[in-house]
Amino acid sequence: MNSTTEYFTFRILRYDAMEPAKEPYFASYRVRVIPGLTVLMVLLRIRDEIDGTLAFRSSCRSAVCGSCAMVINGKLDLACRTQAAAFGSKTIILEPLPNMEVIKDLVVDMTPFWNMYAKVRPYLVRTSPDPDKEIPQTDEERKRIDQYVNCILCASCYGACPVLARNPDYAGPAALAKLERFMLDSRDERPKSFLETVNDEKGVWGCDTVLRCITACPKDVRPTDSIVDLRKQIVKYRTRKLFGKVKNEA
Amino acid sequence: MLYHDVLIVGGGLAGLRTAVGLCDQYDVGLFSKVHPIRSHSIAAQGGINAALGNNPDSKDDTPEKHTFDTVKGSDYLADQDAVEIMCREAPAIVYEMEHWGCPFSRFPDRTIAQRPFGGAGYPRTCFSTDLTGHVLLNTLFERSVYKGIRVYSEFVVLALVTDGDRCHGAIVLDQIRGEIIAVAARAVVFSTGGYGRIYYYSTNALTNTGSGIGIPLKAGVPIKDMEFVQFHPTSLIGTNILMTEGCRGEGGYLVNNKGERFMERYAPKAMELAPRDIVSRSIQTEIEEGRAFDHELGKYVQLDLRHLGKDKIMERLPGIRHICLDFIGIDPIYEPIPIMPSQHYSMGGIDTNEHAETALKGFYASGECACVSVHGANRLGGNSLLDTIVFGKLGAVAVDRYLQAHSAPPDEKLLMSKKKEVRNRIENVTANGTEKPFRILEELRLTMSRCAGIFRTKDELTLALQKILELKDRYKNIAVSSSKLHMNYELIGALELENMLDVAHVTVLGALLREESRGAHSRRDFPERRDADWLKHTVATLNQDGEPSISYKDVVITKYQPMERKY
Repeated sequence: MNSTTEYFTFRILRYDAMEPAKEPYFASYRVRVIPGLTVLMVLLRIRDEIDGTLAFRSSCRSAVCGSCAMVINGKLDLACRTQAAAFGSKTIILEPLPNMEVIKDLVVDMTPFWNMYAKVRPYLVRTSPDPDKEIPQTDEERKRIDQYVNCILCASCYGACPVLARNPDYAGPAALAKLERFMLDSRDERPKSFLETVNDEKGVWGCDTVLRCITACPKDVRPTDSIVDLRKQIVKYRTRKLFGKVKNEA
Repeated sequence: MLYHDVLIVGGGLAGLRTAVGLCDQYDVGLFSKVHPIRSHSIAAQGGINAALGNNPDSKDDTPEKHTFDTVKGSDYLADQDAVEIMCREAPAIVYEMEHWGCPFSRFPDRTIAQRPFGGAGYPRTCFSTDLTGHVLLNTLFERSVYKGIRVYSEFVVLALVTDGDRCHGAIVLDQIRGEIIAVAARAVVFSTGGYGRIYYYSTNALTNTGSGIGIPLKAGVPIKDMEFVQFHPTSLIGTNILMTEGCRGEGGYLVNNKGERFMERYAPKAMELAPRDIVSRSIQTEIEEGRAFDHELGKYVQLDLRHLGKDKIMERLPGIRHICLDFIGIDPIYEPIPIMPSQHYSMGGIDTNEHAETALKGFYASGECACVSVHGANRLGGNSLLDTIVFGKLGAVAVDRYLQAHSAPPDEKLLMSKKKEVRNRIENVTANGTEKPFRILEELRLTMSRCAGIFRTKDELTLALQKILELKDRYKNIAVSSSKLHMNYELIGALELENMLDVAHVTVLGALLREESRGAHSRRDFPERRDADWLKHTVATLNQDGEPSISYKDVVITKYQPMERKY
């Protein structure tokens, strides 16, 4: 056995929405951890070898598909990119993403997250006819949307957001970042009036700007930047409208 | 019972593109065992090939040249008529994705950027940094949201319903509600991805079990060329996470423990940008002949990007850098990346033609689970994303044509009896067995990597075959902890495992019988390509007792007579 091998205790919050009478509880699993072992690999091993009923999502195991976001020792992250030995502790506590209902164990119901996503019309809106070839775009224009394009929709930010904890109607960081991705895209032709759809407490004004989403993002996206920019765009749009400078866009 | 005109299985690029193509005229239901955005298309990095001629070095590129490169890359096993169609469709596909919002990287003249890729005569791989699959999948998912397509996330397909002549739907498991549901449909499309996870060392997602190939195989649908499995030259040691071919496309070197760019010995002209089969064999040879580095995670050679400089790495390969930092603690700006070849792509799959049609009426397949064949014995980098979208699109056209001509409703009795059969099967799996699914799976995967890998021999393949038969026997005594249907991943794994064993079985059988070396199928005991005997596709079917049988069919050759492949 490798000399650096150590035993860790994984405490996992378990609950089954199909058995609501049974309160959530922490189950403990003792697992041998070798250097390089990720939290996801540990979870897979627990399910294979110790407890086949443990539920968690996973797929790419390379931090690109966004399946395995959870709370790991109090920190939101993807289980697949988190080293088990990265904490100064041999006890690791795993909990499901906050702000969503638990389906089973570490699997949460992401329906509200996807509903908010769909609300911002997360697709390129065009009114001009399509050209024969590509719609021209400069590299600079492309790079402007780069960080928002990188979002993997893992909902870490959604789980971290303190506003969502008290107001489930709030759009949340990922949806607003997605809107910004399209508002900033030089090819998008949605009317500026579309900003009105997020011009309230459920939208950009709901944000506390405490930057928890930025800390939580495993892909270095900064949703707060998008929210602040959308606010600026709204103020600009409203001011222009006030002075009658907005064309009828309906 | 649920009813849809069209039931699509799989929410990756191929499935979404088919759904987008059909949803305006038909009631489409898209079923996926993961949310569509988690599909493995998301992980594709390097790019998508299309002869746009945007690169200053590719002004005279044409779809014909793309076709030739693809045919040559396939070691002449690809059907040339299908390759012609794919390459001709490519520019329109890329422009369509761009019009739908795909954020491709750009050249200074505001056109879509293109980079060189392995086995290609011109820089024709369109990309978005090193996240091309991510942006394409997001774009198609966005399109599906725009179109309001009905998506059933976390529904696992367990069986296909057929009367032997025509397809009537499928039986699915709703993981969240824990229900088995019969879905009646006039047409069924499988876009379920590859079978990479029958191998131990694989770049593939955990979800790429190949179960979606095993299901139609069990239902009597022929599958094709399964022995052709691509090993990607550059996966990170330990985790086997993909390091895109774009690393070499941007100018990265492969270096052995003597500091040599060893590709000089194997492909003096193309060097690191030879096709994947050749580069993987070269690396494996370096490892076997003692010119690799040692690491506690295994032997490796280096992928050196340092000379590209910080700016180029940050701009063109940011995802690769992120993965290296996350998973091995290495910054490729300052250190070479330790890599080894590992299973990457499944050339084989459900036997289809260029319209995504199978031998079963009303049943279609596209993407990695299908074998058209446009990749033949070895796929070129940048052609898989293209394959998914082109044949997703053409599949939709074919399904539309079929539905207009065939209006017979699905046979509900047949669906109900199949549902009962599936329920019985689940009861068997959750009865009192002693074999843990993960043990069988691990032994299967180790066997495939050891005995049906980059280089193959009769002895090793025979050993693999024996092992698979043993595992199939042990599977009969399988044990799953819980018989609940709600969020029972162990149960799903056990049900998929049965299909994986069938898929592995025909893969090994095809490899054992094919006594030649062609593309990714490399036999040490038959090192030459033997066109006289083996310029043909392997076709596998299962008989009533589940025993596989193998037959062959001709390769379609139009313009390009087989030649020796030199790079």
